[in-house]
Amino acid sequence: MNANERKRMRDQVAGLRVNRRFLLFAVAATLTLPPLVAGAERGTGDLGIVVERAAGSVQVIETTGNTALKRVEGLGDLSHASAVFSRDGRYAYVFGRDGGLSKVDLLTARLVQRVQQGGNSIGGAISQDGRLVAVANYEPGGVRVFDAESLKLVADIPAEYGHEGKTSKVIGLVDAPGNRFVFSLWDAGEIWVADLTDPAQVRIEKHRNIGRNPYDALLTPDGRYYIAGLFGEDGLALLDLWHPQAGVRRILPGYGRGEEPLPVYKMPHLEGWAVAGGRAFLPAIGRREVLVVDTTRWEEVGRIPVKGQPVFVMARPDGRQVWVNFAFPDNQWIQVFDTETLALVQTLEPGPAILHMEFEPRGEEVWVSVRDADRVDVYDTARFERRASLPADKPSGIFLTARAHRIGL
Amino acid sequence: MLRLLHLVTKLVALFISGLAVLSAVSLLVLSAAPAAARAEPSPERQAELRNLLVQDCGSCHGLTLAGGLGPPIRAEDLEIKPVDYLAYTILNGRPGTAMPPWRPFLSDAEAVWLAQVLKAPAD
Ligand code: HEC
Repeated sequence: MNANERKRMRDQVAGLRVNRRFLLFAVAATLTLPPLVAGAERGTGDLGIVVERAAGSVQVIETTGNTALKRVEGLGDLSHASAVFSRDGRYAYVFGRDGGLSKVDLLTARLVQRVQQGGNSIGGAISQDGRLVAVANYEPGGVRVFDAESLKLVADIPAEYGHEGKTSKVIGLVDAPGNRFVFSLWDAGEIWVADLTDPAQVRIEKHRNIGRNPYDALLTPDGRYYIAGLFGEDGLALLDLWHPQAGVRRILPGYGRGEEPLPVYKMPHLEGWAVAGGRAFLPAIGRREVLVVDTTRWEEVGRIPVKGQPVFVMARPDGRQVWVNFAFPDNQWIQVFDTETLALVQTLEPGPAILHMEFEPRGEEVWVSVRDADRVDVYDTARFERRASLPADKPSGIFLTARAHRIGL
Repeated sequence: MLRLLHLVTKLVALFISGLAVLSAVSLLVLSAAPAAARAEPSPERQAELRNLLVQDCGSCHGLTLAGGLGPPIRAEDLEIKPVDYLAYTILNGRPGTAMPPWRPFLSDAEAVWLAQVLKAPAD
């Protein structure tokens, strides 16, 4: 090695060193990417996502100024997609119809991880302690549980029933106190309670013969009652999680009074928020009615005739109003009812194909997805005026981070 | 063994005759419609029907028709099923299952067109 060569080498090493330093700097810079709003740190309490079902993307939105911040793409088939949030409100876990589970960082508006966990899934939940994310699958029928941090599989619960090793489609998956997940088996007519206190040893309690074809379920906001709606018969199945040994009770049996139900073009949703003022408001399947149920005796105390077959019956967070949207062919309407008098307060026609409604945490505004107009609208819930309207590609579900701190959503 | 073979052939025959009866029934129902009703829907209506297929059928069968609460109904899933049989299912639904009748919203010709689109989605 002559002097010249030695010098060249020294230079190269120095160059490497500089490069390495630059690299370190670059890595550090990306790790501390500026938050969405340039030049300002921000919290996530007013953030949320709008699912764009056909495009496989979500928009990150904020509810302080009612604007869209960024679009995140590459999430797969998002028909019927839903989402839950990490307890710090930073990450959204999005459950896609194609079995994909995506973790989206709301602050950087990036897809941080995505696993193909099943062939066909319907929704999910996050555990009480925030460490586990569970997904309900149609195919293969069952529930899979993932580590919320790494999205590694930690437990697999096939929904086997009967004696021939058949598996059932799973619906109505919710989180419950005690690090439990509760869900229903569409084909089997069963409700299962899975205790994930130790994910290596899942304890499952099965309730059989709960009724034909449970199609969705809700958990009351206090985490006590799990209620599954039945497609195959009139009535709902109720499980008291304070006293699971008492078994599943049928409530509102024969609410259709033997009348032939109307054909159902879209399965209704039962969500934890239609419980207000000691009464639950539930969609009647195959009927143009909302059922009003007393939540101490679990008996019907009234019915509200509505414009179509209800899909979502959502209570404003203060419980004073319920907002109802409808199945095809009445899905251009929203009706608002007073929960005290059951009187119709307002009928809105925001546009074609209203798919979802999400209240802001204190309830002064509600976000509405108008699928066939490619829009998301924000309404004032006192004056029923439109406050904002944002373009979105075939929007469906809207989910705000306030869900992170609610039981059973 | 022979007995088993016999049973299998019998079952196959039963299945085929079942299909034949079904398509005969649907043919009867469909052919009751005037010939004009078999004409192609207008281009605007075709666009509406495609949207219905993706969005409203998709809410049970999946956006890509690969299945959900309802079974998969992609072309490869329907290969052995005749168009008229599918159109009959679309118009009348399947009582006792979640498949609803679409007759209130679709003419016979539109159901046949949809069934053809299901079997050959490319065109
Ligand atoms: C509310 C849910 C639901 C909706 C909406 C729905 N389907 Fe179905 N569909 C089903 C179910 C469930 C079955 C299976 C019925 C059975 O068990 O035989 C089915 C079966 C079918 C079949 C028969 C498949 C076969 O292999 O025999 C066809 C074809 C079909 N649907 C087409 C459609 C079309 C077209 C639409 C929209 C116009 C539609 N469906 C909307 C639930 C639905």
